[in-house]
Amino acid sequence: MSAAVKNGGDFAFTAANKKWAAGQIAKYPEGRQASAVMPLLTRAQDQNAGWLSTPAIEHVAEFLGMAAIRVLEVATFYSMYRLSPVGKHVIEICTTTPCWLRGSDAVVAAAKEELGIDFGETTSDGEFTLLEVECAGACVNAPVCAIHRKYYEDLDGDSIRAIIQSLRSGKEPDAGPQIERQKSAPVGGPTTLTEGA
Amino acid sequence: MLKDKDRIFTNLYGLHDWGLKGAEARGDWDGTKDILAKGDDWIIAEMKESGLRGRGGAGFPTGLKWSFMPKEPDGPTYLVVNADEGEPGTCKDREIMRHDPHKLLEGSLLAGFAMHASAAYIYIRGEFWEEADILDAAIVEAYDAGLIGKNACGSGYDFDIYLHRGAGAYICGEETALIESLEGKKGQPRLKPPFPAMVGVWGRPTTVNNVESIAVAPTILRRGAGWFAGLGRPNNTGTKLFCISGHVERPCNVEEEMGIPLKELIEKHAGGVRGGWDNLLAIIPGGSSVPMLPRSICDDVLMDFDSLKEVRSGLGTAAVIVMDKSTDIVRAIARLAQFYKHESCGQCTPCREGTGWMWRVMERLVTGEADKSEIDLLLEVSKQIEGHTICALGDAAAWPIQGLIRHFRPEIERRIDERQDNAVAAAE
Repeated sequence: MSAAVKNGGDFAFTAANKKWAAGQIAKYPEGRQASAVMPLLTRAQDQNAGWLSTPAIEHVAEFLGMAAIRVLEVATFYSMYRLSPVGKHVIEICTTTPCWLRGSDAVVAAAKEELGIDFGETTSDGEFTLLEVECAGACVNAPVCAIHRKYYEDLDGDSIRAIIQSLRSGKEPDAGPQIERQKSAPVGGPTTLTEGA
Repeated sequence: MLKDKDRIFTNLYGLHDWGLKGAEARGDWDGTKDILAKGDDWIIAEMKESGLRGRGGAGFPTGLKWSFMPKEPDGPTYLVVNADEGEPGTCKDREIMRHDPHKLLEGSLLAGFAMHASAAYIYIRGEFWEEADILDAAIVEAYDAGLIGKNACGSGYDFDIYLHRGAGAYICGEETALIESLEGKKGQPRLKPPFPAMVGVWGRPTTVNNVESIAVAPTILRRGAGWFAGLGRPNNTGTKLFCISGHVERPCNVEEEMGIPLKELIEKHAGGVRGGWDNLLAIIPGGSSVPMLPRSICDDVLMDFDSLKEVRSGLGTAAVIVMDKSTDIVRAIARLAQFYKHESCGQCTPCREGTGWMWRVMERLVTGEADKSEIDLLLEVSKQIEGHTICALGDAAAWPIQGLIRHFRPEIERRIDERQDNAVAAAE
């Protein structure tokens, strides 16, 4: 394993997570428990402060009876696994073309300035990590970012700043569109599904 | 314009309860047992007759696809629902999963039954946490109500549905990469043949369908193939979820009739192009992988498989990305080149090396730091990538660039000239 990965303290699933993992494995046919590697890695990452250490990867391998290298392959292939420590709040801003057309540059600039860090960096107090991600799949609500498993949509410079400030003060800002709007319906109200309403 | 009574996704905007009670009030799970009682052959014949073509991008006839599965399997076989939505511009399956999850579950049962599958696995992209939580809860509701599981809907047929979360990889939207990923491996596509209907997940016959294709099936089977086939145009039937993003007044998702004129779609539902139709520069009509259309074509093109193919583009996922005249069109495509470079799985050399190479050239074309001969070289390299890889990601990376060169070569050349003129002026 590369030096960047080979770190981290002891790791073992908690009793609750072991039980949860058994439920995941049961989704797949007998002898196909390797199929559970992705959910188990995700759960290990959650238990390990948001990143996968070498011991965590090895624990998942052992749990599933897989070679550690196979689990490492999976951990390095998918972008949602973090192989080094991250901040308490991970902000993932989408900059792919649909978000870019709607002003993700301004969102990125505001986030970087507000946090004083660049993409891929963590604030010195360990509170925030800022990441650039590829298409989040919420393009009609662009620009978007993901924080704590929720999407924040229809962003601009001011709203991303407000979100960061809110997180900094210990609050969980409301997710979804940051402008007056019902989900992915057009601003001002739906043009369809209005008959009989 | 499509009438509301012909819309399938009546909770598209999440205004109503997504749960089982709400779903039943909207007509889901109504008479499912009776539909199952009509038999597998009837369901497949009806789906074929409806003309439904796959909603994930390729447009393969759904009923025909289901018929490829073995009639008398010698063991377990599977339906895999592709919910790894990630094609830039596309955000329709997300709405189905978080607002109409029971349509997807009922569709999975009907499709699974028709193809003699023992279970369905729904592979949802890892970033969709909220959608996965809702779908998980809907699955529990369906089990508790006896709609799926042992003796599903009292039909005597046993059918399980499981949710599998991905972890961030666009390539897993490719069906064989998805299968690899479901087996707990890196998502690298498999060579075909053998096709998944013969050898799929865990070596068993498997059919992979897009979320929307499955979710529309119950309504088609309830209302009849003739109803669905009566909407749209021949070979391009039914309704479709469109995602309208970019430079429009009011970006949105909307369900419309197949074959709706592109201009009408944008003006009726998205408030028109920002600054008016005359301010339009170009549109990518079907998600980032299809070539863009300049305004002249957008004026009267219809939004369906065959019409868009005729103008050398494609319906893809029906994700309409609108760009007005303020757009740096070269930069817009360079960003897509960066996307494909990031998402290449690295298995085939033309794609692994080529996507990075094309992106680097594209970045130089943005600033004009290039020689004009490189435009043809880029085109040539894109053609060497296209069709020379195991999966279609190589094609998907090549087409946006080919579309740019086809329609905006003068703009690329202008930037090169401008930079050279500036260099000459600076030297003088």
